[in-house]
Amino acid sequence: MHGLSNLLLIMVILLNFFTLGSSRLGSCIRAVAIQGALLALLPVAAHGWSWHTLLLAGGAFAMKGVLIPWVLLRTIREVRIRREIEPLIGYIPTMMLGALITSGAFIFADYLPLLPEHHGDLFIPTSLTTLFVGFLLLMTRRKAITQVLGYLVLENGIFIFGILLAEAMPMMVEAGVLLDLLVGVFVMGIVMNQINREFSTLNTERLSALKG
Amino acid sequence: MLVGVLVHLALLLAFAPLMTGVINRTKAVFAGRRGAPLLQPYWDLGRLWRKGFVFSRTTTWVFLIGPVVGLVVPVLASLLLPFGALAAPVTFEGDLILFVYLLGLGRFFTVLAALDTGSSFEGMGAAREVTFSCLAEPTVFFAFVVLARLADRLSLNAMLGPHLATSWDTTGASLGLITVCLFVVLLAENSRIPFDDPNTHLELTMIHEVMVLDHSGPALGMILYGAALKLMVLGAIVVRLALPLETGWGWLDALVFLGGLLALAVLIGVIESTMARLRLTRIPQILIGTTLVTIFAVVLVLR
Repeated sequence: MHGLSNLLLIMVILLNFFTLGSSRLGSCIRAVAIQGALLALLPVAAHGWSWHTLLLAGGAFAMKGVLIPWVLLRTIREVRIRREIEPLIGYIPTMMLGALITSGAFIFADYLPLLPEHHGDLFIPTSLTTLFVGFLLLMTRRKAITQVLGYLVLENGIFIFGILLAEAMPMMVEAGVLLDLLVGVFVMGIVMNQINREFSTLNTERLSALKG
Repeated sequence: MLVGVLVHLALLLAFAPLMTGVINRTKAVFAGRRGAPLLQPYWDLGRLWRKGFVFSRTTTWVFLIGPVVGLVVPVLASLLLPFGALAAPVTFEGDLILFVYLLGLGRFFTVLAALDTGSSFEGMGAAREVTFSCLAEPTVFFAFVVLARLADRLSLNAMLGPHLATSWDTTGASLGLITVCLFVVLLAENSRIPFDDPNTHLELTMIHEVMVLDHSGPALGMILYGAALKLMVLGAIVVRLALPLETGWGWLDALVFLGGLLALAVLIGVIESTMARLRLTRIPQILIGTTLVTIFAVVLVLR
């Protein structure tokens, strides 16, 4: 079981890099969807079969792996954009920042006062990495849709952290988080449509200019 | 040791063109054609060898030395590598640096020969080749750092030694990452499809092929043979990483290794048939990506 969860976490980190380096919105959305689906397997891999973990896995898979990506893919089809044209920081520098963050997270996680059974496993560093990669996406990209993706990656990082506590975490908390996320993505989808209709572009920079 | 050298050279020199044949056959099957016979590269080499040289008046001796060095260098580099479970005939601490820069030497002379023709197209190809290979080099070195760390030794023979089979259980993640990254570097270094199209005839988009446009006859034969040898030498590392089997019988080990190489050739053929060439601007991004992934593999091993 331990080997499986490590494998899943490493794939999550690789998908982080892919999301940072890819300019096609469609493949970015798919990468985040796969990341969500892999994370949905994680509660079962880490804690074994039980009603609690199965429900958690099923809920996360339906939301992160299917529903949200479907909404996002529909949105980019409607507003007809395919690529992030020019991010605030280029792709290669963001990937390098991502690598720095990853190494930093691994070093930092070794100094945290963790429970002895969590020492040396990949959960904490992966969760920190994914969190910061989400931040990085939010900060460096201009299109509203990639910013939503950043938000999703950020939530994935929090989800990994939460899995460590899955035994203690009440079902309601996780359900609430997932619901929040879905509502957030729906609202963003509607907002993006509105931005697109108003400015005929999805660059969020336009929003900061005051109307004169 | 002499027997080892002879076995190594015999395997390398006899087997390498077959890999090219297998790649071409795989591509033909994907395209729905029957394809050339598997041994076609051998006949091609023979035919080129019987032809005469044609030299442009603007070229000098440098033009001829490019293909010669390009042929000799992979042969020398192969002596430092274990072929599957067959130990490397020449080994000393730190030979991994020699290995990487032997290949660098071959590239240097190919580039010089291309520049020697004075053609602007060949100059473009040379500039691209140098750029991409200098981006691919860090990946190789970081992958070697992972292997050196696992083996606690600095010679290729020990780094690719029998401990790999047990290392897959303990540090499978980083070994998997570097295997994939080394495979990407192999595709880039041998100018296979996602990076360069060996069949293209448009000089503006070519990398390696454009550098050898002006060579003919035996010189072109040497270049083709050298390219096949280089593919096999780099493939040997990937196959050894992916298939760390050791049976104890020398000939069976050799068969496993050659089978692995054939599987690798089929894989390359499948990739060439199913993927399109990348835009030139995307290539540095991919190569830097593989570097970052190998750095991540180093981090995984060091903690």
